This record gives sequence, C-alpha cells and structure tokens, in this order.
Amino acid sequence: MSETLKSLRFTLLAVIAALFVSAFIIVITDIEALGDGNFGQAFSTLGTAYWGLFKGSFGSLRAISNTITGATPLLLAGLAVSSAFKAGLFNIGATGQMLAGAITGLWVGFAFQLPPIIHVPLALLAAAVGGALFGAIPGVLKARTGAHEVITTIMLNGIASFTVLWLLKTELFKREGRDDAISKFVEDSAKLPKLFWFMGKRIDLLAHTGFIVALLATFAFWWLLRKTTLGFEMQATGFNQEAARYAGMKTKSLMVVSMAIAGAFAGLAGGSEVLGLYGYASGTVAGDIGFDAIAVALLGRSTPIGTLVSALLFGALQAGGRQMQVDTDVPIDLIVVLRALIVMFIAAPLLVKAIFRVKGEAKAFGQTFRGWGG
Amino acid sequence: MTAAAMPERVVSAEQRKRARSVGITYLVLAMVCFFIFTRRPGDAGFRITETSQFTLPAQGFGWALGIVLVAVAAAQLLRGFGRLSNVVLALATASFFMSFLAWAAAGDSFSFVGMLQDTVSRSVPITLGAIGGILSERSGVINISIEGMLLAAACTSAIGASLTNLWLGTLVGVLTGVGLAAILAVMSIRYKVDQVIVGFAINFFALGVTSFISFRVLVPNRDTMNNLLPVTPIRVPLLSDIPFLGPIFFVQTIFVYFSFAAVALTTWGLYRTKWGLRTRAIGEYPKAAGTLGVDVNKLRYRNLLLAGAVAGVGGAWWPIGIVGRFDQNITNGRGFIALAAVIFGRWHPVGALCGALVFALAEAVRLKIGNFDTGIPSEFLIMAPYVVTIIVVAGFIGASRAPKAAGQPYEDQ
Repeated sequence: MSETLKSLRFTLLAVIAALFVSAFIIVITDIEALGDGNFGQAFSTLGTAYWGLFKGSFGSLRAISNTITGATPLLLAGLAVSSAFKAGLFNIGATGQMLAGAITGLWVGFAFQLPPIIHVPLALLAAAVGGALFGAIPGVLKARTGAHEVITTIMLNGIASFTVLWLLKTELFKREGRDDAISKFVEDSAKLPKLFWFMGKRIDLLAHTGFIVALLATFAFWWLLRKTTLGFEMQATGFNQEAARYAGMKTKSLMVVSMAIAGAFAGLAGGSEVLGLYGYASGTVAGDIGFDAIAVALLGRSTPIGTLVSALLFGALQAGGRQMQVDTDVPIDLIVVLRALIVMFIAAPLLVKAIFRVKGEAKAFGQTFRGWGG
Repeated sequence: MTAAAMPERVVSAEQRKRARSVGITYLVLAMVCFFIFTRRPGDAGFRITETSQFTLPAQGFGWALGIVLVAVAAAQLLRGFGRLSNVVLALATASFFMSFLAWAAAGDSFSFVGMLQDTVSRSVPITLGAIGGILSERSGVINISIEGMLLAAACTSAIGASLTNLWLGTLVGVLTGVGLAAILAVMSIRYKVDQVIVGFAINFFALGVTSFISFRVLVPNRDTMNNLLPVTPIRVPLLSDIPFLGPIFFVQTIFVYFSFAAVALTTWGLYRTKWGLRTRAIGEYPKAAGTLGVDVNKLRYRNLLLAGAVAGVGGAWWPIGIVGRFDQNITNGRGFIALAAVIFGRWHPVGALCGALVFALAEAVRLKIGNFDTGIPSEFLIMAPYVVTIIVVAGFIGASRAPKAAGQPYEDQ
C-alpha cells in the first residue's frame, strides 16, 4: 500500500472511531429515553442525528454551499496558524488578526466608490494588510524583548475584540439608527461575488468567492514553503533557531515576517467574512474561528494540503451539525466533541492501530510545536 | 577567555536596557497621571469597612504622583536604584494604581476592601490552573489543556454537588481533572502524540462535551442537577481581625486557603524535596535523570495526575466556590490566562500566583468600578489589563526559560 493510501486509511479509521465515541455520548445523554428504558428511541435519535449530519453537509447543493461557506474562514485562519507553526511560532492570535482584517477591509469596503474590479481586490488587500500589521506586533515583541507569543497573542485577542466593539460604535463605522456594535454595510462594488452566481437568484446559496481567495492563499502558502528562500528560512528557523542563526539567517526579522504573513492570512479570513458573507461587521464577526483554526492547523499538520482538507472537514461538520440540531434534540456542540475526537485519533495513529487491530507500521505524527523555548 | 568573560557583559548590557525601559515606563506613567488622572475633580472614597473609609483627592493625588514619578524616572535613568529598584518599581506601580482608582471613583466611593477580597477569591482558579500547568511542564509535558480541565471539572462538580453534597461534588471535579490528565498522560507518554495537539483536543473535547451536557441534560433538569448552595467564607480566628489585611486574606472560602496552601506546598516540594529535584530533572534533562535510575515516565504520569487533581479543584471553584451552578463555557478562557500566568511567573508557583493575582485584580476592578462614568469608553478600561500584561511581559520579564524537555516524549533506552 502506498504512503498516501495508508495515511488515508488511518484518517478514515480515526473519523470512524470519533463517530463511535460521539454516538456513545449521544445515547448516554438521552436521559429521557434511557429513563423509560426505551433504547430503541435513543438509537433512532442517533440515526437521525448522523443522517442529518451527512444531509446537512453534502446532501444537496445548498448543503455543499454551506460546507464551503463554513470552510472558507477556517481555511484562511487555519493557514494563519499553520504558517506560524512552520516558523516555530504558536499563533493563538488568529482571532485578533481576523478582527483587524475585518475592520480595515470593512473601511475600504464602504469608504470608497470604485468599480468592482478594483474595489474587491483593494478591500481584500486592505484586510490582508490590516491583519499583517496586527499580526506583526507579537513578532516584533518577541524579536525585540523575547516576550512569548502565546501570552502576547492571547492578550492581543482581548485588545482587538474590545477595540472593535468600541470602533463599531464610533461615527465612522456605526450604522445609522443603531446603538450597538454593528457597522454600516459595505458598498455593493466591494462585495465578493457569490460562488454559485450561475444558479440564478438562489439566495440560500451563501458560498462566496472568498473560497477561491482561500484556495489561492493555500497555493501561495505551498509556493512560499516550497519555492522561495523566505519559506525555506522560515522553516529552518522553526526547526532549529540556533542552527538557522549560525547559518546566517536573520532569525529575528524572520519572526516578524512570519507573524506578518500569518496575520495576513487571518486578516483575509476576517475580510472575506465581511465582504463575502455578512456585508457588514459586528463584534462577533470572528466568533470562535480563530480558536477552531488551531485545531484545523493541528489536524492538517501545518501543511498546505492538510490545512485545506481539515478546513473542509470542519466546514462540513459545522454545516451538518446545524442540520442535525434542527432534525433532532442533539445540540450542535456535539460537533465540537467530534472535532476534538477526530484531532485526537488522527494525532495518535498508534492508538487507532490498537483499536482496530490494523497491521503495519503507523507513522508517528511529527511534532508541531517545539516547546516553549526560543 | 572571551567566552568566560562574555556572560557578565551580556547580562550587564541587558540590565542596562531593562533599567532604561523601566525609566521610560516611569515617564509614561507620569504623563498618564498629568494628562488623564488630573482630569476629574472631587474626592474618591475608598471604603474599608461598612462604616470607615479613607478619601483621596483625585486631582491632587494625580499631580503629586506625576511629579514624584518624573523625579523617580530621572533618578532611574541617571543612576538607577541599585538593589532597591524592584522596591521602587512596586511602590510606583501601587501608587499609580491608587491614583487610577481615585481618578475613576472621583466624586464617588467604592468598597476598596471588597474589591481586594474579590481579587483574592477570583485568583483561585487561575492559580490552581497554573499550578496544574507548572506540575506538568516542570516534569516535561506541555499542558495546554488547563482550560479543558477547569471547564470539565466545573461541569461535573456542579452536577455532583447538586446530586449529593459539596464535598463529593468537589471530589467529582477532582476526579474529572485527573481523568483528563490521564488522557493527556497516556496520549503524550505512551502514544507519544504531540503534546500541544492532545492538549488542544482535550480543550475542544471539554468545551464540546460540557456545552452538550449543559443543553441536553442540565437545562431540562436544572433544579435537580444544576442547583446548589456555594460554600460560605470561613473567618480565620485572630488573623481575620487584622485591620485591612484580615478581611482580604482571612475571610475567604476554603478554596482560597487551599490555593495558597497549594502554592506553598508546590514551592516547597519542587525546591526542597527529593520528589521536586527529580521532577525538575525529568523536565530539564530526562536522559540524565533516567540514567541515574529515575523512572522518568512513571514520575511524569504521577505528576500529570496530580496536576489534573489540582486543576480539578480550580474548576470546582466556579459552581461550589462562588456561582452555585454551571453555565456553558463558564471558564471563558481562564485556563489560557492560567497558562499565561505560568509563563509570566517563569514556571515558579509564587510567580504564577502573582500573575494570577494581577489578572484577578483586573477582573475585580472592572466589576467594581466599571460603572463609574469616567468619560473614557468602558472598552478601554476592560482591555487595560491585557495592555498591562503585554507591557509587563515585554518590558520587564522578557524571554522566560521554559523547562527544557517540555514537549519531548521520553524513550527508555
């Protein structure tokens, strides 16, 4: 069996194991049915729940559109975490960087009147720049003072959230007649076109071309890692900072640049949500995406293709989870459990091997993050 | 010979740089005093007890402190304070904080002791979470999953305490922490999974399962499964009669006393016992410890389970120590603050306690004086502690050295 097939088999088995454990959780928390001793009902709930999960993620064009819509920001924010991991940095700050990008993208989106062909790229560029500038802060702090990025990015997330809440209430951003933190709409010319525009006027197909942007960003990440000196130096620094410095690399500037690149990806995530999905910004525009992005990056082993696949998987789970919540009384939070289990099982091929009694060698999972030092 | 001479020079250059940044910080604080803290007229009442209080004239205090800070900054930049520099820094920070409170409460009054009491109480989960982090990271296992342990323990202890009593409820929380720690231990030690990945998976797992249980089980059965009377504060005889400090430290719940005891015990254990020496050894250089006969992985297992138990008590603080029930995501990132406190305190229990107190103080301040209309948007007051943390970490703490082996699985030879 080839390497790819093998790793695909392990991924599949990990997903199955995760589905089994979640099924167990669904059944044992069905207190009412179990209290009546009605196991049949508990199991039929389980069936409906998992059918809803599938139907809601791949069962129709709308489901696929929802999957893509959910995957878009996860992919971009996932790249923000992955790219930092590659440089040996742990970026918990995707949330803050997304918010920064959302705000700058939003501003360009409503402050200018331009033809779409210029306006859309300009607004996206603004989002990337906003995220990059905000993302560079922890890089600069670490390079200049050694302050650990785990602390600074967590704190910057807080700073970004409250700054955005305040900004959205200022005259510049606030929507007419609203007192809460919600912004004006962006100009139509700055909106990202819908992905399924050729389907006519189906307003239920929310997927937008932010997904194309995300795919291009994934390609750019691959290109950066494989084809550029900068990418090579980033990875060398991430692998062994001391060695990279002795080899003559400017590891401190690389830290700043890596965080700026990560921030740019996250900024695009925020921008594409504003310009593609909502058309405005609110305090919750980043939601839990920055946090989920860490799982996406971990699951995707920080590689471009891995991040893409895990973002799609998470997007599908999210879309399916909503359907499941509608069809049954199983709350969407099950998806968070499912994600955790999938990450866990995929990260532990030895465990999956033991559970399914698979023969052959399980390839150990490479280390993502090299400790706190450096 | 240059190699031998180098460390001293490097250190002194670093110290010079630090001294300069401290001096500049004094200047910045002075500017804040002049331009912000002198803007609101009136006296601020700091209530000590129900009947007594002291007052500070907000503007006068701001001007005076500003002038003193300029003088201190000049002295710091010109010749430094030598061995006294940390004392000066602490005094300056404390006075600045008082000036801030006086400014915020000008023309009004607030319960000063109540705020500090609240601070100590709120530091409990952060401190205990941080102790959990220190115990595992000192033995060489990165622990990102503090948040998950706190959250899961909060949930199960709420259910346990509602169904039985507070003691059993806390015990259930402790066992939950131990259970999650066991997952972390087995995955990272036996299956050699990347510790950060397991940690995050545990966080997601805890968040998902507790939200799930909250909606599916606790909401429909609120009265029977998620409803309890939290513990009441215990007055320590004599000590609680000390003016000012008594009520702050010695009229607290058992969780607070436990948390202080945990800090003291961990510090003593890590630096004064055989167990501590071995623990630090397997976190720094497990091969050497292993060669000398320490069973590295066994000790890691034991320490991780202990870490889970301590974090479990921290999680039980929410339902049993203060709120009386479990709400979805009740920890709201406090586990990550605990992680920050670990790094902030350089993997030392007392340092982590200081970090936890700083974060808890910020929270207590926000709750107590968030209602005063200071003319500055409340969002900025809320984010102040985050800014302060960054300044402290970047300006004064800098690169902290983690246990060297944290993150690496150990293979027996």
